[in-house]
Amino acid sequence: MARRKKEAEPKLTPLAKCPTGIQGLDEITNGGLPRGRPTLVCGGAGCGKTLLSMEFIVRGAMEFDEPGVFMSFEESAGELAKNVASLGFDLPDLIEKKKLALDHVFIERSQIEETGEYDLEGLFIRLGYAIDSIGAKRVALDTVEALFAGLPNEMILRSELRRLFRWLKDKGVTAIITGERGGESGLTRHGIEEYVSDAVIVLDHRVVGQTATRRLRFIKYRGSLHGADEYPFLIDETGFSVLPVTSLGLDYPVSSERVSSGIPRLDHMLDGGYYRGSSVLISGTAGTGKSSLAAYFADAACRRGERCLYLAYEESQDQIIRNMRSIGLDLEPWVKQGLLKFHAVRPTFYGLEMHLAIIHKLTNEYQPRAVIMDPITNLSIVASAEEVKSVLMRLVDFFKNRQISTLFTNLTHPGQIEETATGVSSLMDTWLLTLSVESSGERNRIFFILKSRGMAHSNQLREFLISDNGIDLMDAYVGPGGVFTGSARVQQEGREKAAAAAAEVELERRRAALERKRQAAEAQIAVLQAEIASEEAELQALMTQEAEKLKVSDRERVELAVMRKADTPETEKGD
Amino acid sequence: MDEPQKKALAKAETAVKAAQKEKETAVYVLRLYVAGTTPRSLHAIANVKAICEEHLQGRYELEVIDLYQQPVLARGEQIIAAPTLIKKLPEPLRRIIGDMSNTERILVGLDIKPKDIQKDRR
Repeated sequence: MARRKKEAEPKLTPLAKCPTGIQGLDEITNGGLPRGRPTLVCGGAGCGKTLLSMEFIVRGAMEFDEPGVFMSFEESAGELAKNVASLGFDLPDLIEKKKLALDHVFIERSQIEETGEYDLEGLFIRLGYAIDSIGAKRVALDTVEALFAGLPNEMILRSELRRLFRWLKDKGVTAIITGERGGESGLTRHGIEEYVSDAVIVLDHRVVGQTATRRLRFIKYRGSLHGADEYPFLIDETGFSVLPVTSLGLDYPVSSERVSSGIPRLDHMLDGGYYRGSSVLISGTAGTGKSSLAAYFADAACRRGERCLYLAYEESQDQIIRNMRSIGLDLEPWVKQGLLKFHAVRPTFYGLEMHLAIIHKLTNEYQPRAVIMDPITNLSIVASAEEVKSVLMRLVDFFKNRQISTLFTNLTHPGQIEETATGVSSLMDTWLLTLSVESSGERNRIFFILKSRGMAHSNQLREFLISDNGIDLMDAYVGPGGVFTGSARVQQEGREKAAAAAAEVELERRRAALERKRQAAEAQIAVLQAEIASEEAELQALMTQEAEKLKVSDRERVELAVMRKADTPETEKGD
Repeated sequence: MDEPQKKALAKAETAVKAAQKEKETAVYVLRLYVAGTTPRSLHAIANVKAICEEHLQGRYELEVIDLYQQPVLARGEQIIAAPTLIKKLPEPLRRIIGDMSNTERILVGLDIKPKDIQKDRR
């Protein structure tokens, strides 16, 4: 027996695990239940013990090629088959294929008479035969404690149960033994936990504040690391699923890819958009457009062809679609194309852990790239702020691990604007704030980015306008008189326009005056130039006159000389 | 006591008498399931045989079955304990578990002796 060898040197070989195939359970146990050993599953009535053990057997047979024996002490084979048929488990088919053996152990106390010493060898032979007939690797005993009701001699029973668990180990089968949760003294009504020392799982079905949550906890898992927390689990049409949401670390991958917020101006303010896989918180007072921002984000994701999951805790799907249509955003086509999925439910519908569980499950099924929770504030109706924070932390980690961009909205109240009711702001990468300010007898929405990790984002206030055409971010007027929004901004803008116009007029006037001056100066220059010109002309005239005079006097002198018969020096000289 | 009640009582009395008679003549079909030839098994077999010979001579069928030889029967017969004696006939079906060392109880279990609750029960 190879198993026995393994047990003889437990320190040398790490404990082999037997995967259960149950969603989440293998994750919290790092691989499954201890292979070749019995595990005790205990819990109160209706907490899912039978389903857990049945799923362990069926999934083993279907997914891991490990045939299994299910020995039921309570329900008949027919009842069991019927109960799990809705989960898509076809027990008769598995029995036919020799992958499953069902044995209903029926004990009728009134039929039984005790006469002296006996043992439970009959049960051993029966179980051994079932195991050998299909080569079973897995065994479930549900609920072995029923024997206590059927057989009167408790001493024999106890020693036989001890022998049974030992025998199961020797057989090398991985076993689940279920037990009814007992009174205050122990985990099980008859204390069988003392015989099963390897792993003990407690299932719990608790009602807190009228909401029921199913939880699972490992009390013991010898030789293996395991989370000690309580994990919520679900039982639904796909079976049992445990949600290992507490065990995530801070080692998720990050992306520097940007995704659009759906509003170009906001993308610009964020230097390109949100980071993919980051968490965005939009907080604001009532009616400041948080849901509209969320819807735009959803729309942008769908436009990129990515699936988006919208978790609505306040409005129904139809209401959201109608309201968004009024601002020019039609989400319905995305729903029809399967790109947008709404999950609208009141927070009080079930407990917080259950919400978490369902989000987990929806995410696994739907595989969205973007998730919207609108609003997270309402979750605090069903739990304390601390619990909400812890759940959100796990959610944020869960989404980040999967590179899913998340957008949460948070309702704040005036006076505590820069804090969240649940104190979750530290979990968020980007925090946008919308608030309404009252001035000049009206309320206007103001929008700004309070923080955005890892990106150069705008520090400017914007006025946030919601109209028939959607969301618009306007520059708010910020001046010495304060921040102006709405009609005050319009008035201010009007005043500015008037002032500008007046300045323009003044300038024009001055320009005209200058022109006139220049024209006057130019006229004066022209006059002076004319004067100079006339004087020049006069001078010229005088000079000509003078020259004429000289010519005339020369001629007259010659004529005189001729008349006086005077010789000329030239002629004398020329001789 | 009025007339109908008297009638009913008389009817019940005859039924009891008939049953008594039937019990005295009924054929017993018994199966004794044991797990191997352990001292306990042998003890049980011997005890049952002795009781049958003493109280049911000539009107019983006893079959001793080793569960190791025929394990499939353990399931069919809803056996968990060994040894188990099953009274198949006459009805009702009864199971007697143990090494058959308490003769008194076996007789009660086989409906040979009526159950004396005060005396019998612990």
